[in-house]
Amino acid sequence: MDLFAVAFYVFAILIIGSAAIMVFSRNIVHSAFALMFTLAGVAVFYALLYAGFVAVTQLLVYVGGILVLILFGVMLTTRGYFEKVRTRTVNLVPSTIFAAIIGLMLIAVYVTTEWTLMPLEDGEVTLTGLGELLLTDFMLPFQVAGVLLLLCIIGAVLMAARTRHPHPPAGKSSQEGPGGPSYGEGTGRS
Amino acid sequence: MMEMDWYLGLSAVLFTIGVIGVLTRKNAIVIFMCAELMLNSVNLTLVSFSAQLGDVHGQILVFFALCVAAAEAAVGLAIIIAIYRNNLTVDVTKINLLRW
Repeated sequence: MDLFAVAFYVFAILIIGSAAIMVFSRNIVHSAFALMFTLAGVAVFYALLYAGFVAVTQLLVYVGGILVLILFGVMLTTRGYFEKVRTRTVNLVPSTIFAAIIGLMLIAVYVTTEWTLMPLEDGEVTLTGLGELLLTDFMLPFQVAGVLLLLCIIGAVLMAARTRHPHPPAGKSSQEGPGGPSYGEGTGRS
Repeated sequence: MMEMDWYLGLSAVLFTIGVIGVLTRKNAIVIFMCAELMLNSVNLTLVSFSAQLGDVHGQILVFFALCVAAAEAAVGLAIIIAIYRNNLTVDVTKINLLRW
């Protein structure tokens, strides 16, 4: 029992601090790495709530997939070296007031509502039960999610690899195959 | 095990930090990261309700939300890269083609 509380406080401080670093850091690469700590900390909270499957999925999808995608996005949308990866902030005062209102409202609603709670036995939600539920009751959303992922892969490739101004240099016109290095050349030419 | 109020308060704080980031930053990728942070805080809320109400469906919902978030990340970053290749910037104050 006490171990849960200690883990909660430690990781709460960790993820709030890294989220604040992510928002207020001027370097985008530092923001991305702070986001990694935040996502891993949220996975720890899923594990504390006995949701092991969701925790592993969070680690695989977010830390392993989306974060790498974000880092590639940072690299593809900056010119020059990482010294230029700096941005500014705008509208600091009104947005802080707005966000404080939102946060206070959320916390007030959460604290003042009387939730009817059930004490949870640990290990109640097993991976087997979750899988059976996904393949029986939630079969249609499961398939639709698969189709959605396929469509998004196709759409992302179409949008990111389209060349508006081809400029074929009189010989090699099939250059859009392996994406990575050709983006920089494309931006330099267009 | 902690009470649910602490988990909900933590997710509210994370959501607020994400809102601040979306409102104050100018780089499209940082705004994107803050949107991911807000998605994560809502997922944390769902999992905490799922654990404390003894209902498995919250975890199923979080699973599908993760799927949609992955799809959104791929398409969103592709859009950002396409914008960068057309405008040579990802500064959202300079992308004002549809703004009046």
